[in-house]
Amino acid sequence: MSHSLTSPAAGSPAADSTTPTPALEIRGLGKSFPIGGLFSRGSVRALHGVDLTINRGEIVALVGESGSGKSTLARCVARLEKPSSGAILIDGVDILKRDRFQASRAFRSQLQMVFQDPFGSLNPAHRIEHFLRRSLAIHGKGGGSGEETRLRLEELMTTVGLQADMLDSYPHELSGGQRQRVAIARALAVEPQVILADEPTSMLDVSVRIGVLNLMRKLRDEQGISMLYITHDLASARYLADRTAVMFAGELVEEGESLDLLSNPAHPYTQLLVSAVPDPARAGSYDPVRRAELRQAVMASTSCAYDGDPDQRCSAEEPVRHQVGNPGNRHWVRCHLYRPWAGASGHALAGEPAQPNLPASNAQEKASA
Amino acid sequence: MTISQISFGSHEPVLDVKDLTVKYIGDTRSTTAVDRVSFSIGTGEVFGLAGESGCGKSTIANSIMRLLKDPAKIAGGSISFGGKDVLAMNPEELRRFRWQDVAMVFQSAMNSLNPVLTIGEQIVDIFTTHAGYTRKESLRRAGELLELVRIDPARLKSYPHQLSGGMRQRAVIAMAVALKPSLLILDEPTTALDVVVQQEIMAQIRELQRELGFSVLFITHDMSLMVELSHRMAVMYGGRIVETAKAQDVYANPRHPYTQALMGAFPPLTGPRVPLTGLPDGVKFRNIADLTEAAPGHFVAPLGADASVINSADLAGAAR
Repeated sequence: MSHSLTSPAAGSPAADSTTPTPALEIRGLGKSFPIGGLFSRGSVRALHGVDLTINRGEIVALVGESGSGKSTLARCVARLEKPSSGAILIDGVDILKRDRFQASRAFRSQLQMVFQDPFGSLNPAHRIEHFLRRSLAIHGKGGGSGEETRLRLEELMTTVGLQADMLDSYPHELSGGQRQRVAIARALAVEPQVILADEPTSMLDVSVRIGVLNLMRKLRDEQGISMLYITHDLASARYLADRTAVMFAGELVEEGESLDLLSNPAHPYTQLLVSAVPDPARAGSYDPVRRAELRQAVMASTSCAYDGDPDQRCSAEEPVRHQVGNPGNRHWVRCHLYRPWAGASGHALAGEPAQPNLPASNAQEKASA
Repeated sequence: MTISQISFGSHEPVLDVKDLTVKYIGDTRSTTAVDRVSFSIGTGEVFGLAGESGCGKSTIANSIMRLLKDPAKIAGGSISFGGKDVLAMNPEELRRFRWQDVAMVFQSAMNSLNPVLTIGEQIVDIFTTHAGYTRKESLRRAGELLELVRIDPARLKSYPHQLSGGMRQRAVIAMAVALKPSLLILDEPTTALDVVVQQEIMAQIRELQRELGFSVLFITHDMSLMVELSHRMAVMYGGRIVETAKAQDVYANPRHPYTQALMGAFPPLTGPRVPLTGLPDGVKFRNIADLTEAAPGHFVAPLGADASVINSADLAGAAR
């Protein structure tokens, strides 16, 4: 393929003719947290060089384990954390430059978040109406009269599949699924372009999860809202999202059309994740030998499948992206020769049996003696 | 494939639960959390209990361990373990029965380990209390136990917060099998864990089960996981079992509408993307009848005319 993916930030918007400016574009986003230990003066790198584009009306899933940096990415994009480097563009405008110190109200009306825990995100002391009315009032979307506001509230409730008389209920009277719908209605009240949904279904009962996912799809189809769907559930990412990006140790390692990515995972980490999902349709899914190989490949990369391919240059110095298969699937994988420096310590794989000894044990011996 | 998977039906049941009814008795009203539930688990069999939060599956687990506290009361039925009546045990028998005969892994490993004691102290505690070993002997065995679940024995000196979630859960599983119980109750053992870790823990449990030959009562809401691990399973709704059969049969041919809804709530990893509905909001089943055999070994609660109350408006909305 002559089409090069080595510089995604520059090349990707032009690829889609219907959407000149993507709804949300993240360029080279980095975030490190200082560690305030007695002897450590360092910092832990939660995100490094994340490039991600979400076009208008597109749902992109971000998958990875806990500790891989998915939520940090969402929090940085929502300006709940201050990114260390990089740019976040909404409608082509760098919002980190526009509102330098904190998120502006204009930004909040462009981008909203739906959080994981609908039990914690709704104040139990207020009726449902309060949450929605407040969003409308703060962002001036309620219309002039009280009657208009009332109509808008009822419309919001209908949109998310709730009955309008629930406006008078308190959160504790609602089920988890209903609460999450209220949280979505609250996000919708300000008519955002982008919704960041951080594990919106993981706290819900299984039988209502699909309903919430279907609602998100409906909002995309009917209102053209772009979404970043953060999840650890690959099956639901495949179900909902047009594209899926895989995050490992604070970096994106693979991205592509959801169906293509999950049927042909190219990065060992993605393969590890896909092979770990329980699926009764797949017989004998656990192969310890294969797993150990994959784990080894993830933790200590040695070779790249594209090494020697004249069209796709490999590099151990920079995170080159290799195109996987048909360019129509927009599926790329990060060059496997490239190894990020020491950033891979905080994720779940580090504590697994592949690593025999952890340095913490010395300190504990002293502490317990 | 284990031997038990082929021949589990012929074994003497380890656990036999008959018409178990548990009520939560309040001052003004009482709720029936578990309503005339019957099932049995054979030697070396993995029996799954699936259902959503509030359906009574954890209440069943706690009844078997006799861990129910007021206001919960076992209002009827019987639980027999290896021929002994669990409900009639006196405190001393109960103390021996717990952990030695039946061990339990609770939902959240973070909460079931004592944060101010090291892992080693907590495992040693089991051996000194239940098996009467000396401290030194207990420590040696504790080290072996951690090796069994592939944790470095040096970790005996670690406190729970120094271990990752997966390691903590593995430590809890090691503690559960410490006294070689004949039944292990797993109450949502991997809910808080990542998929990669979850798969490793499940593989570990399967391996331990093959090695030590215990039976498992596996409680989860994740149908995919359950079908993978269990030999036989039951689906619970509102305190009743609505369907029970071999796990593969339930997966291939769910007969009760609630089971179908649960199955439909898990998007597949392969094949084309098809719209799923799950269980629409407001759909309720009432007056679930006793199970009848719909096919050999496949029991389903029949849906009579009054068996289900369905909120028609919501159903119509979901159908669209």
